Amino acid sequence: MTDIAIVGMAQTPYRRRRDDANFAELIYGVTCEALDDAGLEIGDIDNFITVSNDFWDGRTISSMAVQDACGSSFDGGRNVSTVEGDGTFGLLYGMMRILSGAYQTTLVVVHCKGSEGNMRLITNGMFDYIYTRPLGIEATGAAALQARRYMDKYKLTEEDFAHVSIKNRGNALRNPNAQLAETLSLDQVMASKPIASPLKLHDISPISDGAAAVVLAHRNVANKLGRKPVWVKGIAHCSEAHFLGDRDLAEAPALRDAAFRAYQMAGIEDPFAEIDLVELYDAYSYMEPLWFEELGFCPKGKGAELIRLGATAFDGPLPVNPSGGVLSAHAVLVAGLARVIEASLQIRGEAGERQVEGPVELALAHGINGPCGQSHCVVILGE
Amino acid sequence: MAQRVGIIGFGQTYHRSHRDDVNGVELINEAVRAALEDAGLTIDDIDAVVIGNMDHFEAVNYVDTWSVDGSGAWMKPLIKLTTGGTTGSTLGIAGYHHAASGLFDVVLVIGWEKNSESDTTGAIITCSDPIFDRFSFSGALPGLAVEASAYIKRYGIKEEDAARVAVRDRAHGANNPYAQLQTPVTIEEVMQSPMLSWPIKLLDICPRSDGAAAVIFAGERKARQLCSQPAWVHYTAVRHSHTYFGDVDYTRLHTLEAAVQELYHHMGIKEPLKELDVVELYQPYSFAGLKWIEAMGLCKPGESPRLIWDGVTDMGGELPFNPSGGVICTNCIGATGLLRIGEAALQVMDRAIGRQVPDVNLALATGFGGAYWSDLMLLGKKPW
Repeated sequence: MTDIAIVGMAQTPYRRRRDDANFAELIYGVTCEALDDAGLEIGDIDNFITVSNDFWDGRTISSMAVQDACGSSFDGGRNVSTVEGDGTFGLLYGMMRILSGAYQTTLVVVHCKGSEGNMRLITNGMFDYIYTRPLGIEATGAAALQARRYMDKYKLTEEDFAHVSIKNRGNALRNPNAQLAETLSLDQVMASKPIASPLKLHDISPISDGAAAVVLAHRNVANKLGRKPVWVKGIAHCSEAHFLGDRDLAEAPALRDAAFRAYQMAGIEDPFAEIDLVELYDAYSYMEPLWFEELGFCPKGKGAELIRLGATAFDGPLPVNPSGGVLSAHAVLVAGLARVIEASLQIRGEAGERQVEGPVELALAHGINGPCGQSHCVVILGE
Repeated sequence: MAQRVGIIGFGQTYHRSHRDDVNGVELINEAVRAALEDAGLTIDDIDAVVIGNMDHFEAVNYVDTWSVDGSGAWMKPLIKLTTGGTTGSTLGIAGYHHAASGLFDVVLVIGWEKNSESDTTGAIITCSDPIFDRFSFSGALPGLAVEASAYIKRYGIKEEDAARVAVRDRAHGANNPYAQLQTPVTIEEVMQSPMLSWPIKLLDICPRSDGAAAVIFAGERKARQLCSQPAWVHYTAVRHSHTYFGDVDYTRLHTLEAAVQELYHHMGIKEPLKELDVVELYQPYSFAGLKWIEAMGLCKPGESPRLIWDGVTDMGGELPFNPSGGVICTNCIGATGLLRIGEAALQVMDRAIGRQVPDVNLALATGFGGAYWSDLMLLGKKPW
């Protein structure tokens, strides 16, 4: 349990190409909406966190592009910092700056326009330039290795993963912000274009443009606002080894560790029984069961079976990615904060058509950094 | 629960223009090992790691996850921050908040850059807005030259005044075995060095360096337990304001003015020249050593040359600046701001061998970067 609440939030719709808006325009939009949502004005914010990535933006000091737009220059300038990584890490650092006693409120903004970059070159750039980058390996190629190892170790099939895409793209039909919303059949997924075996087109998240913003507040402020605060009850992050050959890709010990510490902070003993809803980082279909298992919701190798049985369906006992998840919209960096926002909307009961049945008292959101989920951040949100 | 925070260890590499003997991960590791040794810790004692650089210099994306073998962040909480020139100070401030938040007790903060592997100007150019700014403010030099010209015109400053600042820092750098440039220079040598962008000459400006810095922050209980004299963090202030270089008022450094006013107000500092004991200023070129000390309120606008010529900011002066030799002697960009914090910490801890200022109670470290942004961290001998 922490003293920090999410009191305002906003996200853009995610689309393949937003050529009507540059980085600053995307950020200005979500900044205004998140402040409105919180019932605050820019002058009420004393701390800013921007999240961006120089490679995706094709700009060095990529945060510079959005300083004016997020309001950090307001009134002669405010205290601001920039995280380069998933939006959940930006949320975490924003929280730290309030918990340290330095600030009362924090605006976290994140943007990415995948349309302006070359995903393969940009993600090839995260591999070591001597040993692995010359192989041409990039995010999807690496993910294929992980999917294959996971299948091999736990006797899973491509069909197991296809059910994730079917579920999440179907859930996206209720989410107006989603980029890919469709009713898929098993045959359609299985017959979709092979990209990097065993991954096919429908196993892979799209390239998206989008932005998101969250307003955090200390308990002292949060309780005075009109809106129902969504409390950050637990949060933790962890990284494992870099070289894929140093890892067993069918395991995610860093996620296990982050989840353990986040649960401890939130006082959670039985995650499956206590958590009502999960939004996790399913950049590829196989990631959902893999992360789900490492989050301690079921034994290793059993995640796919639970998905097939409908346990994580929109109307199942533990809905996973009712928003459609990352498989339906993947603005890199933004996607983790979007998970936090989606989980928070569910807790508020304001998720519209995608609101799940029954009260959502406790929800989990998750973000990743690096190849094959090398680094994870787990966020527990609650009433 | 919020807690007070002290710096308990600092390590740096031997900074050079080309460190051909190490790759980036090894360079990082050199600083990390030095910091752990300085603090008498092992990597197992570290609860969280913060790292940063400027991506486009080495062309490595997700440097945090790439460098785990060198940083020691395997199976540890790890985060990356980057804000251009201010990266190092941003990192130090993040280390402070990590520990101050109460979420972590012992935090390892790493800043690094291997500029020899980069086209520094080629990479910096892309920070400017591609439509409005990039054709004019391309790279670090043009903006600084505009700032220096405007300052000269307004206050009748002489180029020799700035040269005196470079002479000071190069003299100080000769005391620092880690500095890239350790040879003193004369006013004449600065004045006769090649003109780069008027009025900035080669010896007025920082070099490009390969190097890394690592600073260990600890919460109060751990800091007292692990270190006989921590450098306590008193306050941090940050102003990252503008997006466009064209919006910057080049006659003043508003971000530094606003940040120091916040810090002085909060700390009750009324006469900074008297109350501060040493400053590690992120001073990328000599003219900043004039104009920016006015922004810090050490004297009235246009009066800084008198302080500089009188030796007020020299070693042995009333308020020594950059005992390490500063940025003019070493500039491994992502590490530069963190070096300021580490060197300021050494002064407070009385461990700045060969470059120690006597009786340091309060030390100020600054950061500069982006579109004329400023960061500050004030360190003190006693917890505040």
